[in-house]
Amino acid sequence: MDVKKIAKLAHIPITEKEEETLTKGFHATLKVVDMLFSVDVKGTQPTSQVTGLENVLREDVIDGSRQFTQEQALANAPRKHNGYFVVDQILEDD
Amino acid sequence: MNYEPVIGMEIHVELATRSKMFCGCPSNHFAKVPNTQTCPVCLAMPGGLPVPNKKAIEWTIKLGLALGCEIPLFSKFDRKNYFYPDLPKGYQISQYDQPLAIHGKLGDVRIHRVHLEEDTGKLVHSNNMTLIDFNRSGVPLVEIVTEPDIRSGDQAKEFLKKLYQVVRYLGISDADMEKGSMRLEPNISVRPMGSKTLPKYKVEVKNINSFNFVKKAIEYEVKRHIDLLEQGRTPVQETRGWMEGNNETVSQRIKEEANDYRYFPEPDIPPMRWDSVFVNGIKAQLPELPEARNTRFMKEYALNAYDSGLLTDSRELADYFEECVKLKSVSPKKLANWIINKKVNIDDVLPATLVKSIVQASAVATISDTELENVIQRVIGENPKAVADYKKGKTQVLGFLIGMVMKQLKGKGNPESIKKTFQLYI
Amino acid sequence: MKLNTLTLKDTLNKLQHKEISLSELYRDVDEAIADHNEKLNVYLTVNNEAVKEARKQQNKPLAGVPVAVKDNFCTKGMRTTAATNVLKDFIPPFDATVISRLKEAGGVVVGKTNMDAWAHGSSTETSDFGPTKNPRNPDYLPGGSSGGSAAAVAADMCIAAIGSETAGSIRQPASWCGVVGLKPTYGRVSRYGVAAMASSTDSPGAIGKTVEDCAILLNAIAGKDPYDATTSPQPVPDFTNGLKKGVKGLKIGVCYTEHPKLKGTDASRAVVAAAKTFERLGATVEPVSEIMDPSIAIGVYTIVQRSEVSSNLAGYNGIRYDYGRAFFGDEAKRRIMLGTFTLSKGYADKYYVTAQKVRSLYIENYQKLFGRYDLLIGPTSPGYAQKLGATKDNPMFGELEDMLLEPSSISGLPGISVPSHRDPKTNLYLGLNIVANYWQEVSMIAAAYAFEQEVKL
Repeated sequence: MDVKKIAKLAHIPITEKEEETLTKGFHATLKVVDMLFSVDVKGTQPTSQVTGLENVLREDVIDGSRQFTQEQALANAPRKHNGYFVVDQILEDD
Repeated sequence: MNYEPVIGMEIHVELATRSKMFCGCPSNHFAKVPNTQTCPVCLAMPGGLPVPNKKAIEWTIKLGLALGCEIPLFSKFDRKNYFYPDLPKGYQISQYDQPLAIHGKLGDVRIHRVHLEEDTGKLVHSNNMTLIDFNRSGVPLVEIVTEPDIRSGDQAKEFLKKLYQVVRYLGISDADMEKGSMRLEPNISVRPMGSKTLPKYKVEVKNINSFNFVKKAIEYEVKRHIDLLEQGRTPVQETRGWMEGNNETVSQRIKEEANDYRYFPEPDIPPMRWDSVFVNGIKAQLPELPEARNTRFMKEYALNAYDSGLLTDSRELADYFEECVKLKSVSPKKLANWIINKKVNIDDVLPATLVKSIVQASAVATISDTELENVIQRVIGENPKAVADYKKGKTQVLGFLIGMVMKQLKGKGNPESIKKTFQLYI
Repeated sequence: MKLNTLTLKDTLNKLQHKEISLSELYRDVDEAIADHNEKLNVYLTVNNEAVKEARKQQNKPLAGVPVAVKDNFCTKGMRTTAATNVLKDFIPPFDATVISRLKEAGGVVVGKTNMDAWAHGSSTETSDFGPTKNPRNPDYLPGGSSGGSAAAVAADMCIAAIGSETAGSIRQPASWCGVVGLKPTYGRVSRYGVAAMASSTDSPGAIGKTVEDCAILLNAIAGKDPYDATTSPQPVPDFTNGLKKGVKGLKIGVCYTEHPKLKGTDASRAVVAAAKTFERLGATVEPVSEIMDPSIAIGVYTIVQRSEVSSNLAGYNGIRYDYGRAFFGDEAKRRIMLGTFTLSKGYADKYYVTAQKVRSLYIENYQKLFGRYDLLIGPTSPGYAQKLGATKDNPMFGELEDMLLEPSSISGLPGISVPSHRDPKTNLYLGLNIVANYWQEVSMIAAAYAFEQEVKL
């Protein structure tokens, strides 16, 4: 497992030192997980939800009860400007 | 060596639902004060959870049916994971391997799939900051992907016009390219004529906001690709941006690696299962689609292809036309002529009113030449000063005099022909 | 007597009969908080307006009682950190559904409790704000990730508490702290407003001094929520109904006592003793033979949880309300990265899909067992609470500790942990885990109550 590559994909900043400890840790974890592969899963479907629910849908109505004011939306923002959230300039186009 | 373009289109359409895709915030975000239409869900606060908009799903299925697609009876949402400041959750809820509609056709272009997802926030670049407005975050977005069946810029344009028409007929979006409620991305490559295999590369072009520019961008790219291939080089697989001002595409910053979206089924949203009763129910709600309506108009109203095409261009116009026909006072042919040539404002003029004015105007034919001549002579005699002014060069007086004629004719008569006749006598 | 030591049931009774007042109650609770919080590090945020709010709630079912809430539940206007530096100063502009329902029922959030950061753990030692100490013996950990809530109950620093469980996070700290922890069926209680861990197994639940207390609290918060599409339309019974029904005629299966990791331990002995108690009370009890090895569930849980959490934590990018990804603690970084790996191109099939398939096997196994048994019992934890520092250099600490609980959590089944034994030398506890089939909380509550009344720890 390429720790540097994964850290990049996951947008997790890591130092050189962390790279080392993380690699060791992952090997240990994956070893524990290894036991999974001794199980015969032939013909078994994966479960991504245990509820068995289907078709849980919502009517197309405006629900203002959860809607934030601009102030509420921005209240915890580290940086804001004229009602917008702010990030450093993004150079490439969308 | 002769080459042929191999082009597929990816189109995004913002649905005009009242509320967003996964929450009850208002969906109409155009020109709203920034960040005033968000909630814990679309602003992605801890514990925000998505609950899907039923109407958005029905409209997507409707569009799929209108495009001749098959509607699989099982569908689900998946997470598409990637990082970008306008994507608040760090993943987009979309559909991966089990979309709502598949395998359709529009004209001569096959539709690969139609699926439903959510829109991102909007970025605004200013000084050396990038500003983000999340009003648009979570708005329902339909994605239509075609097979690479398109072979020219013109064909692309034709296809897009048809698609636009269908979307508008269904009333599911205003599909306004300037507002961004319809977005286009052609995927372009080129292969030797006669080859049956897909080229090993394709170039995606972004930032196109009109059908004309799609044609231009395609033609530019096709030439660029051919030039490269003739030099023995393969065009780089990349995303390029259309530069309106210079009529060219430019390479966007090449991403270091292709995105690994790590798709997995959305655990917060139960999957969807339909039965044929449900799907047929939606099918029954389909309006008569543009092509079918056009064909019927030609047959039923004995219109030529050109006129029929114009009248069925929009559903509103076609509906209006048929409302007028229903009143039975004027023939379809005459109505067609009138509406097409006289630029009737169908938003302001009621069908009944239009029909009435047409009838009145036609009544001109029943005025005999002698009757018209008598009235004109009478008016000339009764208004010596006005006549004198007109002869002196005050041409605007003519309007007044013609008004007098029409008054005496009690509304009968066509101002144009009266004017012509009047000028003969004055 | 100090009023903070009352159970929820007794508190409500005495308030209703005007034997005590809210002022008196809060005076004693506040005193306990003042006395113990610095040492035990139970609360990250204390609500100074609690008693004021309580007075407005007097006529409601929960009558204004002080409830401790795990700090991953968004509380409007009150700091919510999930014990991470990333959210150190986050003040949510909204309440989680559990919180609004708690308030509607008359409960008051007296404070936000410490937890493993992002709920990633089984010790509360991986909080970014220091560990919580076990009130039964402060050299020891309270368990996790709802360690703060369990400790708050054990130390009488509240009357009852709210926690959440992804794979053991309610039941394990309850057992380590010698209190009751109730994890309902997945989909019974809304996750809206709870910082997501593993979306497909997260279950908010109750931690209390008694079984009845947990049932009362569950009544207030359970039920379908239009804001959470995974909540069930399953009708919500009165969970205190049938409390005294007992276990006569029930068939109970005993699990894991012969597992190699448990053979000869106090934990195993305590369950064997519990089995005898249930027999005395009229149930048919027998060891379960065909239960899947719980150690494999570790693999399932590890992969599923990390995969889902890698995605759930992707939104913390320092733009809208948090400090950004550089502030993630070590455990969070590990889990996000591993989860990213197990979902990545070329590995998703091997890891993620396989894990979800084995999950199906556990679900099938349980359905087979519940065809034969009404309830399943086993040890909540392989042992007593462990000492502070136990998690150091042990990234898989939680998963190994929660082995006995992971199978029922990944299957979405309800479970309750009741104290089963106390070691007089250390004052540390063991817990009995009772698991019921989907939506059968009432019967597991009845069994837990019967056991609790017999054992009277």
